[in-house]
Amino acid sequence: MAIADRADSLPSAESILEPSPAALLRKRMFGHAGFTIGGGFLLIILLMAIFAPVLAPHDPLGQDLANRYIPPVWDAKGSWEHPFGTDKFGRDYLSRIMYGARISLLIGFVVMLISGVIGTAMGIAAGYFGGRVDMIITFFITTRLAMPVVLIALAVIAIVGSSLNIVIGVLGLLIWDRFAVVMRSATQQVRNLDYVAAAEAAGCSTLRILMTEIMPNVLNALIVVATLEVAHAILLEAALSFLGLGVQPPEPSWGLMVSEGKGDMYFKTWVIAIPGTALFLLVLSINLLGDGIRDITAPENRN
Amino acid sequence: MLIYSLKRLGIAVLVAIAVSLITFSLLRLSGDPAAALAGESATQEDIEYVRKQYGLDRSLPVQYLDWAVKALQGDLGVSIYLKQPVIEVIKERAPVTMKLGGIALTFALLLSIPLGVLAAMRPNTIFDRAALTLAVFGQALPSFFFALILIVIFGVQLRWLPITGNASWQNYIMPAIALGYYATPAIMRLTRAGMMDVLASDYVRTARAKGLRPKVVLFKHALRNAVIPVVSVSAVQLGFMLGGSVVIETIFAINGLGRFAWQSIQRSDFQAMQAIVLTFAIFYVLATYFADLLNAFLDPRIRVTG
Repeated sequence: MAIADRADSLPSAESILEPSPAALLRKRMFGHAGFTIGGGFLLIILLMAIFAPVLAPHDPLGQDLANRYIPPVWDAKGSWEHPFGTDKFGRDYLSRIMYGARISLLIGFVVMLISGVIGTAMGIAAGYFGGRVDMIITFFITTRLAMPVVLIALAVIAIVGSSLNIVIGVLGLLIWDRFAVVMRSATQQVRNLDYVAAAEAAGCSTLRILMTEIMPNVLNALIVVATLEVAHAILLEAALSFLGLGVQPPEPSWGLMVSEGKGDMYFKTWVIAIPGTALFLLVLSINLLGDGIRDITAPENRN
Repeated sequence: MLIYSLKRLGIAVLVAIAVSLITFSLLRLSGDPAAALAGESATQEDIEYVRKQYGLDRSLPVQYLDWAVKALQGDLGVSIYLKQPVIEVIKERAPVTMKLGGIALTFALLLSIPLGVLAAMRPNTIFDRAALTLAVFGQALPSFFFALILIVIFGVQLRWLPITGNASWQNYIMPAIALGYYATPAIMRLTRAGMMDVLASDYVRTARAKGLRPKVVLFKHALRNAVIPVVSVSAVQLGFMLGGSVVIETIFAINGLGRFAWQSIQRSDFQAMQAIVLTFAIFYVLATYFADLLNAFLDPRIRVTG
């Protein structure tokens, strides 16, 4: 009986062979609800944005004054001709939402790239060199945090004039603070590890140490911030466009659509509810993805 | 403690100077204030005249020093469209924004700290998951959209609350919620994480082992230490709220600094914009300064090493 028991408790072949790191990662990825839902939804929005010219049922800028304020399909008076209805110029809302996704994603991504380069360079320099460099960069970060982003962005855009490039440039130059803060502390943690000291002892150049020793080890933190900053930039662009100083009409920016619908929102709530919800879902899925990446790459730091 | 607070104060002053310098250069380099002052129909001569009148023909460093010296004496220039000294407009409107920011932060803290504590006490339960989900959802909701939803539901359909102005206390409820909810996810997560760390610590175990009542352990021993990081983050969040007041005050037509900022931007009122940015920066710097001091008071270790 003892022997039979032991035979039963013998490990199976599969469990002796450790699953490969890639398999473990896959398991963690698809086992994480936030990551799967957020990533999946983001993928849908991304595809919708890329294939907007094919998918959109109408021209997003095409006015049709005979068909203004058609309610969306779930309303009693709605029809499948305009699933999300039409706005005050008779423009098809679904098509505008699809093209609007392009604007949000483009702005979010490019702003993240610009601010990411600035903030990461500053954060890594501060964390690696420490001392006076750290002091000066920390001062820059504090100064930046003391400046109200929305206000500065609005003021500069109001003077320079508004266009997609200006909005991207201004936001990119403004919101590098979180990159800098996170990269600084991540680099500080890595900086004192033995392999960095070993690389220094081996006579590696500073640039080489930064690129091959520091960078790969702060990459996880960087990816997480980058994801969350895409969402941040999208929300800021929407706020600027809502106030009329972001993307200009007739472009279908979601923030601008909410602003254009504001006057009609009391009786036709869907004119603000649809673009607002689109914005909410896009930001939500990006944030879920970012939180998911953090949990997956650093399970010990969960919470 | 004295040295610590003086050092922090010195940095705060430097930050305020740096912000004024950056704002000044930004506003001057990105546009011509003389042209804005002269108005749309002005001829080239008019613009040149205005430039001379306002001393805008001098070099930028001279202009900045001139502005800074006057600012230190409490003269922030004259608002072009209100025809009133900017400092007076700010004195009149700052209390409104402070009140709004204060209520918004109070709302955020009252919502997020209890949620964070409860979530930390029952980690990985349905309650914990629900609180975290709420935080994730809250963080994704654009504040201007949330404000409009509040207006449609509570202002128009239910008619519970006034939708514009700042005449009565009821006027502050919706704007404060629209401004404050955005800070709740960050504060809640921080409270939860801090509380979980503290509840697992030796001194809480000792306090429990001594037979202290759970309430005493929770509030006197655990919460006090768990909220230390919350203090700093609240100050930073208050700063974000001041920035956000531009959007929220515009939506609810509240006559605070945020709306003044928006009006000045629309009218290219350089003097006013410069002054408002400086005011916001000083608010932020003071808030974080007092948060640092409060932290040092709550956690003696900061005083020694910071």
